[in-house]
Amino acid sequence: MSWLETLRTAGAAIRAHRLRSLLTMLGIVIGISSVVLTVGLGLGAQDQVRSQINALGSNLLIVSPGSSTGSTGVRGGFGSAASLTQADADAIADKSVAPDVARVAPATSTSTSLTNGTTNWTTKIVGTTTTWEKVRKRTLSSGRFFTADELSTGANVVVLGSDTASELFSRGNPVGQTVTADGTALTVIGVLAESGASSDDSNEDDVAVVPITTAQRLSGSTSNALASVYVEATSSDTLSAAYQEVNAALLTAHDVTSSSADFSIATQDALLSTANSTNKTMTILLAGIAAISLLVGGIGVMNIMLVSVTERIREIGLRKALGATPGAIRRQFLLEASLLGVAGGAIGAAIGVVGAMVLPSFINQPVSVSAPAIAAALGVALGLGVGFGVYPASRAARLTPIDALRNE
Amino acid sequence: MSADVVSRTVGTRTIIELDGVRKTYATGTIAVEALRGIDATITEGEYVAIIGPSGSGKSTLMHILGCLDVPTEGRYELAGRDVSDLEETELAHIRNAEIGFVFQQFNLLPDLTALRNVALPLVYAGVGPHEREQRARRALERVGLADRADHRPGELSGGQQQRVAVARALVTEPAMILADEPTGNLDSVSSADVLALFRELHDSGRTIVLITHENDVAAQADRVLRIHDGELAS
Ligand SMILES: Nc1ncnc2c1ncn2[C@@H]1O[C@H](COP(=O)(O)OP(=O)(O)OP(=O)(O)O)[C@@H](O)[C@H]1O
Ligand SMILES: [Mg+2]
Repeated sequence: MSWLETLRTAGAAIRAHRLRSLLTMLGIVIGISSVVLTVGLGLGAQDQVRSQINALGSNLLIVSPGSSTGSTGVRGGFGSAASLTQADADAIADKSVAPDVARVAPATSTSTSLTNGTTNWTTKIVGTTTTWEKVRKRTLSSGRFFTADELSTGANVVVLGSDTASELFSRGNPVGQTVTADGTALTVIGVLAESGASSDDSNEDDVAVVPITTAQRLSGSTSNALASVYVEATSSDTLSAAYQEVNAALLTAHDVTSSSADFSIATQDALLSTANSTNKTMTILLAGIAAISLLVGGIGVMNIMLVSVTERIREIGLRKALGATPGAIRRQFLLEASLLGVAGGAIGAAIGVVGAMVLPSFINQPVSVSAPAIAAALGVALGLGVGFGVYPASRAARLTPIDALRNE
Repeated sequence: MSADVVSRTVGTRTIIELDGVRKTYATGTIAVEALRGIDATITEGEYVAIIGPSGSGKSTLMHILGCLDVPTEGRYELAGRDVSDLEETELAHIRNAEIGFVFQQFNLLPDLTALRNVALPLVYAGVGPHEREQRARRALERVGLADRADHRPGELSGGQQQRVAVARALVTEPAMILADEPTGNLDSVSSADVLALFRELHDSGRTIVLITHENDVAAQADRVLRIHDGELAS
């Protein structure tokens, strides 16, 4: 008997038992759509958390001069030693030394008071390079960041933090206006968007960012000491690799051992480990929910398959009596179960995907569609349907026709 | 190959040979001996009636003849081959192409129309859908049920269902027809029609074995085997 003929027979059997076929499919549909939705909800939430953390800079390493490794805490003159220089920043930026480092932003930091007419505000002046904007994942609410040209010429330009801007300019757009620092007039070329985050106990929105060349000129210092070097890893996954590379590069450059290191590297450790453990908990929880929905759907499919095959042992006996080989019987039930499985699976996946598109507008939660979850759910539903549909049928196909026909 | 296990030429070739066939049903603690040592020979093209009281083992014997069941003991040779030596696929082929079986309980599939029920053996014979329908329709015509082709068994009377079962046995034009009380539910007119059909098939060289309670039906046959309590009376 050809596959086409078997397909016809299987199709006819499905049509002849509409209710039973529908119930079987319903089990698969519910199982698969719930797996797609639960996994999608979880992944959506995970993505959301990850992107929030990424916005804060989960890929960020902060290298500071001095050491904080000793058991007594801060060792040496923290931040005071000229142990971190532009040369170090250049070394770290070398791809062959630290391949997992994406960008490097060296920074100086001094506290200075800025004036705009009669308004006076003391803030942190950060001297840095053009990469700072990307490394610190900052955006501008108006204006622009300084350019490479302005950096090399030490142009008198400044980008203000949102708090600094509002302190100095209570009204109007500060871009294009001038502020004075230590007697030097600086043109405001941009205002940073609110970061909403604060680290190192300082307000990230109260800063004035200038080219590092300008900063050195303002402070009148000839040293090239840096307050910190911000390092962006290529991804949050390579953060620890980047940490190792930066650490090794600086140890070599300073010719020190890790116990006598004159620098320290900080990461957004706490944030990251919290995020990671949240992700892990969420993943386990979701896998559990998905597994339960699959199990429930699977048991439904299994039951209906078992019952329907048992009901049909007489039919198997008759088909054998009329000349069906056990192989033909097996193929018929295999095709029936697969047709129901594929149809149910497709409907279930479609409902899941449509749900994933519609749901976010009701519950204000992102739902992402996971292809592996759909594939796994389909696989399990198909496997159960086929297993519990074909196995009893192929057992019955081994009975003599009369034994099968007598089955009640 | 098994295709010519049963030849259609009328001759003196032995087609069925039973040697000490026993069938014991083990139900719970009691073992029912349905057949207690049957020895019989049926020649190709013969028309044989099996007659006997209810419960004497007629259906049991017929199932064994039709390769639908296996004897507990003894040997059954079909066209010279021991049936117990045959592979499942060979058995399937014999059931499909060589034997037309009419069940005492009809055994029609309730979800299929009369036409599709009749066409079912042709599905396993590899006949295409179009030819299947034509042949099934012709078989239904021969039992006088052409107008009921699209009815399901549940919509047919007992006698009509029996005739559908007969049509299904004829549709493959098998060399051997095994019919378990094929006229049991029929009135005298349709009963005579079915018997005329069997006579016609017999005349064209088919081997026919039928079970009956009625002596006038048995009188149609060339030979009558009487079975009593699982044994053949000589
Ligand atoms: N599956 C079975 N299990 C146990 N006993 C059985 C089974 N099938 C038949 N029998 C017994 O075997 C004996 C022969 O049964 P069989 O059906 O061959 O009788 P029969 O001659 O066809 O009777 P009838 O004329 O009523 O159809 C009976 O005693 C019956 O009870
Ligand atoms: Mg009987």
